[in-house]
Amino acid sequence: MIAEIGLAALWLAAALAVLQMVSGGFALRSVEGAPNPMAIYARPAAVVQAVLAVLAFILLLYAFAVTDLSIKLVATNSHSMKPMIYKLTGTWGNHEGSMLLWVGVLALSGGLLAAFEKRLPERTMGATLGVQGFVALGFYAFLLFSSNPFERLPVPAVEGVGLNPLLQDIGLAIHPPTLYAGYVGLSVAFSLAMGALLTKEVNPSFARVMRPWVLGAWVLLTFGITAGSYWAYYELGWGGWWFWDPVENASLMPWLAATALMHSVSVLAARDALRTWTIMLGVLAFSMSMLGTFLVRSGVLTSVHAFAVDPERGAFILGLLGLYIGGAFTIFALRAGAVAEGKRFAATSREGALVFNNVMLSAILAIVLLGTLYPLLTEAFDVRVSVGPPYFNPAAAIFAVPMFLVMAVGPLLRWKEDKPARIQFEMLLVAAVLIGVIALVSFFGQFPLLPMLGLGLAAALAVAAVLPLKGRKLTRVPSATWGMVLAHFGVAVSLFGMACEGAFTQERLAAVAPGGTEQVGDFAVTLQSVTPVAGPNWTAIEARLAVSQNGGEPVILSPQARNFWSPPQATSESALLTRWNGQLYAVIGNQAEDGRWQIRVWWKPFVTFIWYGGLLIALGGVLAIAGRVKVDVKRRKATAMGDARRADLEALGAAAPVPAE
Amino acid sequence: MTQNRLWLWLPLALFAFFAGLAGYMLTQEKDQFVESTMIGEALPEFVLEPAFGGLPGAARADFVGGKPRLLNIWASWCLPCIAEAPQLDALKAKGVEIIGIAIRDRPEDVANFLGQYGNPYTRIGSDRISEVQLAIGSSGVPETFVIDAKGVIRYQHIGDIRADDVPVLLAELEKAQ
Repeated sequence: MIAEIGLAALWLAAALAVLQMVSGGFALRSVEGAPNPMAIYARPAAVVQAVLAVLAFILLLYAFAVTDLSIKLVATNSHSMKPMIYKLTGTWGNHEGSMLLWVGVLALSGGLLAAFEKRLPERTMGATLGVQGFVALGFYAFLLFSSNPFERLPVPAVEGVGLNPLLQDIGLAIHPPTLYAGYVGLSVAFSLAMGALLTKEVNPSFARVMRPWVLGAWVLLTFGITAGSYWAYYELGWGGWWFWDPVENASLMPWLAATALMHSVSVLAARDALRTWTIMLGVLAFSMSMLGTFLVRSGVLTSVHAFAVDPERGAFILGLLGLYIGGAFTIFALRAGAVAEGKRFAATSREGALVFNNVMLSAILAIVLLGTLYPLLTEAFDVRVSVGPPYFNPAAAIFAVPMFLVMAVGPLLRWKEDKPARIQFEMLLVAAVLIGVIALVSFFGQFPLLPMLGLGLAAALAVAAVLPLKGRKLTRVPSATWGMVLAHFGVAVSLFGMACEGAFTQERLAAVAPGGTEQVGDFAVTLQSVTPVAGPNWTAIEARLAVSQNGGEPVILSPQARNFWSPPQATSESALLTRWNGQLYAVIGNQAEDGRWQIRVWWKPFVTFIWYGGLLIALGGVLAIAGRVKVDVKRRKATAMGDARRADLEALGAAAPVPAE
Repeated sequence: MTQNRLWLWLPLALFAFFAGLAGYMLTQEKDQFVESTMIGEALPEFVLEPAFGGLPGAARADFVGGKPRLLNIWASWCLPCIAEAPQLDALKAKGVEIIGIAIRDRPEDVANFLGQYGNPYTRIGSDRISEVQLAIGSSGVPETFVIDAKGVIRYQHIGDIRADDVPVLLAELEKAQ
């Protein structure tokens, strides 16, 4: 019964998406002061659609929780012996379930927009909801026609066939849902951009409506990418934190576009400049999310994140992609010329710096996009290539380095026009830190160019990040500014971690007999024993490593080589020892003929700063949202109070004063 | 002004190029199977203990001499292995010797499986950690290999054996004579 209710909810939601789309379309035909009578259905349709889509997802969660083996998806992706938490996370650890999650979040954000956003003109709002309904409809069609999560088996299975053991990890519980929520938050930005483009209402008040969605999506993406990077770091057992894998790139590209969009939407809100550019980025950000979905699920690219690979589904998503992105770019090309030009500004101004960095971010995006799609291009000519760090690192750095330099001084510039001489002292300070650190590091040792530049830039950025607070009363600095300071400081922290990992990592790979000791950096690692252990659905050999820092009290680390059954797969569970200044990373390998064991140990100084930095960046975004919401609530209250006072005055028969705003 | 308008079409043009390329690539056949690089190579040295009490274990030596044999990678927990059981019986009826390697299995489960779906094997080795499986370049269960009388891997069949695969395997065994 559960499956049938879920399926019915999906069909109903799809029908409501049609209503939302049509009714939203009618909003465009309303004239000033006289709303089209057909346009009133868009908002309620969006809200009810959200309820139904969320209900469908909850029903699927329930089916996984009770391991209903009559449902094909449960039988192929779950197992009755699996721990409960992984039964639940298994709901979105597969193609159909994750698509349902995606659609659920899409509908939920559309519903929230419809229920709570009252600032936009009704025409723009109608057009926005219409676009949102149109996007949702495509994904409902995809679910219902080619990826039905509620499909029944003719005969219930005796037992499920498990879940990819790599996915049996708490990282899976948070990483994909966060990313999806981020991707889908960008769908609202996309719909708003299209709505504003259709009605040509691209102005600061539209930007203020769009900003929290962009910020929210950006925070979730930042957090999701940070968590995903850490997951890959400890779960894959390779000791790296970023692999330039197509699926990682698929999450990085929307983030790059969203970062550019977030800054440009702020310029639009504050200065009424960059109108077409903001619209363009709004379309681009969501396009990148959809492109990522296509690359991951169509199987056109090979990746460690193997999903259900199905060319038919790929064709379906490509069709949706063509419809939405192709459609959006067509409307953009036809309409953007008609959007009135925004305010002008000088090259040396805060807008100028933001535009420069927007272009740099877009260039990095292009670099990543090209590297990700290049194998696809060469495979069309039957040449198999794999594009990796040797391309991505230097190519991205060419644009990242100038971007970081401008990022250091940009926030110090004034809006509209400024003289560089005014911030002479700050510029000299930042330059001195940059050059000083690079000189100091190169004095102490030979390191590759990029990590060395990274160390210098990190130090300069850390100083520059707090400079905007100089000479201001800290208690009176708005939360949004604190958010910027924190996020920019987070970039410096993260960059510092990356550079240290690149420059100072020490590695030791050795065959060790039980009782033997190896030295890595300050650490003496002794292999005490290797024993077999068993979990609920795996068996493993576990090494006991006694790690002692500079001859201090030893700490026990237990890396495992795990073997899962159903399906059979071997994974390497790394063991980590975290210190404030870095991490010791240990993995156990195979046993050699003579009874010794392969042990691989890394000392990675300050590697944790990569993720601390990521969290700081996300936290900065949260502060910025909080600040904006606070101001917004205050303004709403003031408006409401003004309205009430005017109503009172009117009731008393006096002439109502014109509101100030 | 026209120059201004022209750049507005650029995103669409780039996207159209990508969509065309992706559409073309989707129509291309993509090889989903991981073929063993060990085909044509000698079977690596191994000795496996019996998977259960009823049959002897398996070793490289069991494949050498006399006639070509089939090496069947399977497991009692594997559903497609149930599907291929009747085809293995058909091959056995044609006089083919099949040596099994049970992957990550338990003796009682192996005995149950054979009791329920029939026993086409002459020997079954127990590969608890997929060591032999990986050494011969098999990446999944079930897979079936044709091994000639000199102990050289001649042919790999990936996935369960269907009814129309039986003549193919018989022909490959013939070729390996």
